[in-house]
Amino acid sequence: MKKLMKKYRLFFAVITAMIIITIINVEFGKESLSVTFFSLKEMLSIIPPIFILLGLLDVWVPRKTMVKFMGENSGLKGISIAFIIGSASAGPLYGAFPAAAVFLRKGASFRNVFIFIGAWSTTKIPMFLFEYSALGPQFAITRLLVDIPGIIIIAILLSRLLSQRDKEKILENLPG
Amino acid sequence: MVFRENMSTVITYIITAVLLGISLAVNKKKTIKALKKAWKAFDNILPQFLAVIMLVGILVTALDPETISDIIGFDSGWLGTALAAIVGSVTLIPGFIAFPTAELLLQNGAGYMQIGAFVSTLMMVGVVTFPVERKFFGTKAAVSRNVIAFFFSFIVAAVIQWVVQ
Repeated sequence: MKKLMKKYRLFFAVITAMIIITIINVEFGKESLSVTFFSLKEMLSIIPPIFILLGLLDVWVPRKTMVKFMGENSGLKGISIAFIIGSASAGPLYGAFPAAAVFLRKGASFRNVFIFIGAWSTTKIPMFLFEYSALGPQFAITRLLVDIPGIIIIAILLSRLLSQRDKEKILENLPG
Repeated sequence: MVFRENMSTVITYIITAVLLGISLAVNKKKTIKALKKAWKAFDNILPQFLAVIMLVGILVTALDPETISDIIGFDSGWLGTALAAIVGSVTLIPGFIAFPTAELLLQNGAGYMQIGAFVSTLMMVGVVTFPVERKFFGTKAAVSRNVIAFFFSFIVAAVIQWVVQ
C-alpha cells in the first residue's frame, strides 16, 4: 500500500490540484476534466499496441541484431533506421520513452535512441501531412528540412554531453 | 483531419495483430513472456502517464487559442518569438488541435517566426512530459534534451521566417 502511494505520488498531487482548481472555478474544472478524458481515450487506444510491439521486440529480436542495426558502429544505417521507426510511429511523445528504453537495453547506441526520440516528436508522417495542409507546403517542408539535420546534431550533442558513467547509470536505472 | 491520426492508429493495430499472431503460432511460451513484459512496462509507467494526462487537461484548458493568441500577441520580433517558444514548451497538444490553432494565429496576424517557434517547441520540448522522460533518462539527459531543443527551435523559427517571407 505504501509502495503504491509512493508510485502514484505525482498522480495524487495533480488530482489534488485539479480538485482545488475545480472548487475555485467549476467551469474550468469541468473543461479540463473533459480534455483529460479525451487524452485518456487517446492513450488507451494507442498505448496498448505500442507496449505489445515492444514486448514482442524484447522477446524476439536478439541483442546481436539490435547492436548490428542500431548500435555504436551502425553508422548511417543506424541513423536511418532510428529516423524511419520514429517517423512511422503513432502516439504522443510520452510513448517514445518506453520504446527508447527497450532499444537501449538491447544495445542501441544513445545517439540513435535520441534520434529516434527526435523523429518521434517531430517528423511523424501523419503530422507532417497535417501541418502541410494547415500551414502550407513552404512552412512544413522548411521545418522538416531544418529538423532532420537538427535532430541528428542534437542527438550527437546529447550523446557527447553524457559521460560513460551517466550512460551506465541510465542503463542501470531503466524502468520496465 | 482526425481521420489521418486514426489511420495510423488503425495501421498500428493491424501490424500488432499480425505480428502477435505470427509470434503465437511460432512460440506460445515466448509470446506469453512478451505480453507479460508489455504489461510490466505499462504498469511501471502508468502513474506518470496518468499524471501527465491530467496536467495536459489543465494546461490545454488554461491555454485555449484565444489565450495563446493574447500571450504571443502580434509582436513579430524576438520577444514574440520567445513567448511563443515558452507557450509551445509548456503545452502538449494533439496535432489536430495544434495545427488549426497555429493556422488561426497566422490568420489573426501572428508572424511566421512565432508560429515556427510555437510549432517546433510544441513538438520537441515537453515540460509536461518531463516526469516521464526523467524516469527513463534521469535528470541530466532529460533537462539537456529539452534545453537544447528549446534553443534549436529559435533556429527553426528564423529559417522559416527567412524562407516563407
